[in-house]
Amino acid sequence: MSKQLPFAITLDPGTSLANHTGSWRTLKPVYLDRLPPCNNACPAGENIQGWLYHAEEGDYKKAWHLLMDDNPMPAVMGRVCYHPCEGACNRAAMDEPVAIHSVERFLGDQALKNGWMPYFDKGSTGKRVLVVGAGPSGLSAAYHLRRLGHDVTIREAGPMAGGMMRFGIPKYRLPRDVLDKEIQRIVDMGVEMQLNCKVDNIPAAFESEGFNAVFIAVGAHLAKRIDIPAHAAGKILDAASVLRDMEAGAEPPKLGRRVIIYGGGNTAMDAARTAKRLGVDEAMIVYRRSRNEMPAHDFEATEAEEEGVLIHWLRTIKQIDETTFTVEKMEIDAGGRPQPTGEFETLEADTLILALGQDVDTSFLEKVPGVVIAKDGVVDVDARMMTGYPGLFAGGDMVPSERTVTVAVGHGKKAARNIDGWLKGEAYEKSEKHQLAAFENLNTWYYDDAPASVQPGLDIIRRQTSFDEVIGDLVEDNALFEARRCLSCGNCFECDNCYGVCPDNAVKKLGPGKRFEFIYDFCKGCGLCATECPCGAIEMVAETT
Amino acid sequence: MTDQTSQPVKFYQTGTHTVGNRLLDDAKRTVQSSMDRSNAITSGHRACQGCGEALGARYALDAAMRATEGQLVAVNATGCLEVFTTPYPETSWQLPWLHSLFGNAPAVATGVAAALRVKGRKDVKVVAQGGDGGTTDIGFGCLSGMFERNDDVLYICYDNEAYMNTGVQRSSATPPAARTATTQAIGDAPGNVFGTGKNLPLIAMAHNIPYVATASVADLHDLEAKVTKAMAISGSRYIHIMVPCPLGWGSASDATISVARLAVESGLFPLFEAENGTLTKVNKIRRLVQVEGYLKMQKRFAHLFAKDGKDQDSIDAIQAMANHNIERFGLIDVDTTS
Amino acid sequence: MLIQMEGSEAVAEAVALCRPEVVCAYPITPQTHIVEGVGALVKDGRLENCEFINVESEFAALSVAIGASAAGARTYTATASQGLLFMAEAVYNAAGLGLPIVMTIGNRAIGAPINIWNDHSDSMSMRDAGWIQLYAETNQEALDLHIQAFRLAEELSCPVMVCMDGFILTHAYERLDIPSQQDVDAFLPAFEPVQVLDPDDPYSIGAMVGPEAFTEVRYLANDTQLQALKLIPEIGSVFKEVFGRESGGLIHEYMTGNAETIVVALGSVNGTIKEVIDTMREDGAAIGSVSICSFRPFPLDELQDALKDAKRVVVIEKSLAPGLGGVVASNVRMALRGINLPVYTVIAGLGGRTITMTSLQEVFEAAGEDRLPDLQFLDLDHNAVEHEIVRARRTRRSGPIAENILRQKADGRNP
Repeated sequence: MSKQLPFAITLDPGTSLANHTGSWRTLKPVYLDRLPPCNNACPAGENIQGWLYHAEEGDYKKAWHLLMDDNPMPAVMGRVCYHPCEGACNRAAMDEPVAIHSVERFLGDQALKNGWMPYFDKGSTGKRVLVVGAGPSGLSAAYHLRRLGHDVTIREAGPMAGGMMRFGIPKYRLPRDVLDKEIQRIVDMGVEMQLNCKVDNIPAAFESEGFNAVFIAVGAHLAKRIDIPAHAAGKILDAASVLRDMEAGAEPPKLGRRVIIYGGGNTAMDAARTAKRLGVDEAMIVYRRSRNEMPAHDFEATEAEEEGVLIHWLRTIKQIDETTFTVEKMEIDAGGRPQPTGEFETLEADTLILALGQDVDTSFLEKVPGVVIAKDGVVDVDARMMTGYPGLFAGGDMVPSERTVTVAVGHGKKAARNIDGWLKGEAYEKSEKHQLAAFENLNTWYYDDAPASVQPGLDIIRRQTSFDEVIGDLVEDNALFEARRCLSCGNCFECDNCYGVCPDNAVKKLGPGKRFEFIYDFCKGCGLCATECPCGAIEMVAETT
Repeated sequence: MTDQTSQPVKFYQTGTHTVGNRLLDDAKRTVQSSMDRSNAITSGHRACQGCGEALGARYALDAAMRATEGQLVAVNATGCLEVFTTPYPETSWQLPWLHSLFGNAPAVATGVAAALRVKGRKDVKVVAQGGDGGTTDIGFGCLSGMFERNDDVLYICYDNEAYMNTGVQRSSATPPAARTATTQAIGDAPGNVFGTGKNLPLIAMAHNIPYVATASVADLHDLEAKVTKAMAISGSRYIHIMVPCPLGWGSASDATISVARLAVESGLFPLFEAENGTLTKVNKIRRLVQVEGYLKMQKRFAHLFAKDGKDQDSIDAIQAMANHNIERFGLIDVDTTS
Repeated sequence: MLIQMEGSEAVAEAVALCRPEVVCAYPITPQTHIVEGVGALVKDGRLENCEFINVESEFAALSVAIGASAAGARTYTATASQGLLFMAEAVYNAAGLGLPIVMTIGNRAIGAPINIWNDHSDSMSMRDAGWIQLYAETNQEALDLHIQAFRLAEELSCPVMVCMDGFILTHAYERLDIPSQQDVDAFLPAFEPVQVLDPDDPYSIGAMVGPEAFTEVRYLANDTQLQALKLIPEIGSVFKEVFGRESGGLIHEYMTGNAETIVVALGSVNGTIKEVIDTMREDGAAIGSVSICSFRPFPLDELQDALKDAKRVVVIEKSLAPGLGGVVASNVRMALRGINLPVYTVIAGLGGRTITMTSLQEVFEAAGEDRLPDLQFLDLDHNAVEHEIVRARRTRRSGPIAENILRQKADGRNP
């Protein structure tokens, strides 16, 4: 006070700070991080909301590095992952899910373009790990093990690394230069890659070669077959071989003028679309159930149909007579199973491609003591992904799970962490999951309507005649736009709402990147901050004292 | 490849609606998002939990403080805002502040402005503030006089639609059907009478003063922009801010902003600006809602949704008021292409 | 400088000499000429650096003054009668906030019945509002009191009302001594408020004070008035030094030495009273008078000193406390507490009724013989009131008294 002011009527500024209104409170707000549904759904365990946060700022490198903590192949993943994250995205309830895969792909491509390398310590723990199989699971395990400081050798039976990414996914979906570069980046970290090198004797790897642990991830390459009565069978191929021959064969497979692909999975779609690109006049898919039941993703069927693939739903092949295929119409019963109707029709084709699924060749494991092969041909593993043979871990298609590239990459990471724990003689402790950030936790008023950016598509003629990539890149603006569509579910993105809407100034802003804290001396517990938090990162809890 | 048209980069994630936005330049962020906002009303005041007036007043005065670089004097009418901020021996105000009476804040502000002018303090600006009772009723004569003389004052009315400080009695800003202590929800026409009340923003416009605006605690960006604009104008300015009162409205303390938002989005409380008596800008409704959702959030309208039957006639009449506003102010874009 | 001018105009000149920075104006008879005069001085540039604000009511006038004074400006306004009542809330508020506003009251009756002429009902209604109330006997004193009032108000941070009888003073043309600007500047220092609205020192003025401190606030308000009791005579002496004449002070005594009967009154009626005293003194009557200049603070001790040796006191007052009698008389009795003296209350001049020397002399003579009732209404039309009282007794709903009396007078009927 500068002078003697009139008593009581005139007061010094801000003196109400002496009055702690926090004592009124019965509920108190607390900050929390909820688990974004995208992160929760990601088989590779990516912190999607986390890397989108950096991408929103245009810090693509930081975003990429965060992504690389979980997934060593973003450019591949952005192209081939069936993005369950987007299926879980809360934004779908507002307009459309965030096109996470396209941002991931953009980040992956940026890294390839700029030659970014992941952070890792070049030192060594002295432990040696053998990875069997250079598919997504093996590559992922190798990458994570290397980052954990172990010396890694990959042995791949085939002539090229990539596994099903190369031999199962056509290049119009995954250009090979992208795949090659992302594999090379792992090799460049010091992972030893031995091609054309089949592993037959697992115990010897431990005993003679001195590996401290082995991770097997050989993939499912054996095509399933069925018996169809045939008077005179025409040409019958399996889809896995067709797709493999596209990569490794001396020349593309000869399919004739008309092809039937038998099956309703993604491989069937890939085989049909590949056939179309190889110049067949008619590529027909025959599938015994309807579109609703098909295992293929809807967009794959849609893209196939756009490219002229004809899909005969609800049909089974009953008999083959050279180029004449007798098919029976089916109907779906109340239990969702296809039942024969007794109605028949015929189709004409030069080649039949079976796309009925694949099995893992586990014959090399049969004699390994302690390893149990289940009846469906996969290997039993414990929660650490370790088989009954100490130090032998398995993942990818070899263990019971959904068979996708992303699941395989997730297995690789999980196996690497468990192998690391095992090598150190301690169990790998997974951090506890936060509670899920549900749509109901959001205050969507604060988000503008913003439909997903459409990735530019290759025109239809080019798609039918070439193996150019169907889905184009997002340009930076679009990627940024897309990243900024993220709602940051359950995680504070420093929008300042709590700081702004508190009628009692009871929220302290700590500065960029540092979030906020409540000033409980003054918080009256009105709950405005929690209600107006766009992303559900504040919770009201009962005051106990 | 088809044409890859780049979309304009907007901040869709945070929208333009949150208080702050880490992706925006500092200069474009709200005053409230700033770590060094003035907190013209600081902590420790005695407002109820979730008080809309405490919030609205800080929003408005912090914006005015920024606009004047802290060279601001506030005059306050008697009412909640005065009582909860300055009970001896503590005040929450951090700017020079004067309270005289219930009905004379505009005149007192005129006097302050006159004194500052005669003393050559052109840099110091004056804000007068009061509740709806102090503004639309008891202070109306002084306010009209201040307008008519075009005195250099920004007058802000924090409208919570009744005399809350004295225990929720009807004012001329109380909406039809609303229950107050003097318009009880009993009898044939429960709550406040239809066809009464006055629209002070429109009355202010009729004085042809340089600037009139309505604002809401539900739209901080708009509120700050209007206060900032008002502070750059000389002469009489009037901003009418809707500030829900959890106590008087019977709304949840955490619903202060959401209920205010529904008032705007239903059309019941149109947001607009007028300069020199002419309407110049209208905020379009972003997500149109019916009044029913707004009314249901508030116990003062509970009798419209009584267990023994909904008072559809009254709800329809209130909806008609909203529709009238929508038409009168053009609150939604009419699609001319269809 | 001696000039023949109207009282209101002279007050306007005096106010202007005090260099007010904000003047609020709202017309009400009989003070209107004063603010008109100040407005003209501002408009023609003689009074510089002054905001002259035409407001929409007396309530606004004093409210504007409150804001201006709180922001550190020397502030002035004027009102009367209904206007003072209309601003009553602000009158108390200005005092409570300790704002040194100077306000002229052109004393006038209060309706109903509406009446524009002089008495003291208006300012008496505000006697306990916390303002200092000074009553001018003459236009010269009115003029001088304004100059003193600003100094008094600003030294004490307390508002001052200068009361001058409507029409009798405000509209009277007299030869007046208008001081020079230099003398006024020498007498009246620049306004240095004890509190001011300043962004560099941002305190809150006008807090809500509860039971825990309200009594102390009121005690201090009383203390301010007690300080004024000392300060008013001091300022009067300084004024005399600068301007060479007696003006103001607490009371003026006239022929009180050896007076058995002392007449007490406020304002211009003292002139008439003195003339009557002169006449009666010539006839040997032991009579004198006291003019109270400062009614608030009320000079209890000074009055007691002046009155204690008399045998009786006659209070001539222009205000009535219905149900009690005199307002001033009650205060005078307070000054005479412990002294056994009859105090006769004579209500006179209400609503502008002329107070004649004849009537006064009759009253004083009756008082000298102790023939006066405790309460008397000077020149009351007894017939009129008695008729109405009788009629009212007959008819429960008798209608407005004023109209009835007028009708009865017009009819020329007798009860």
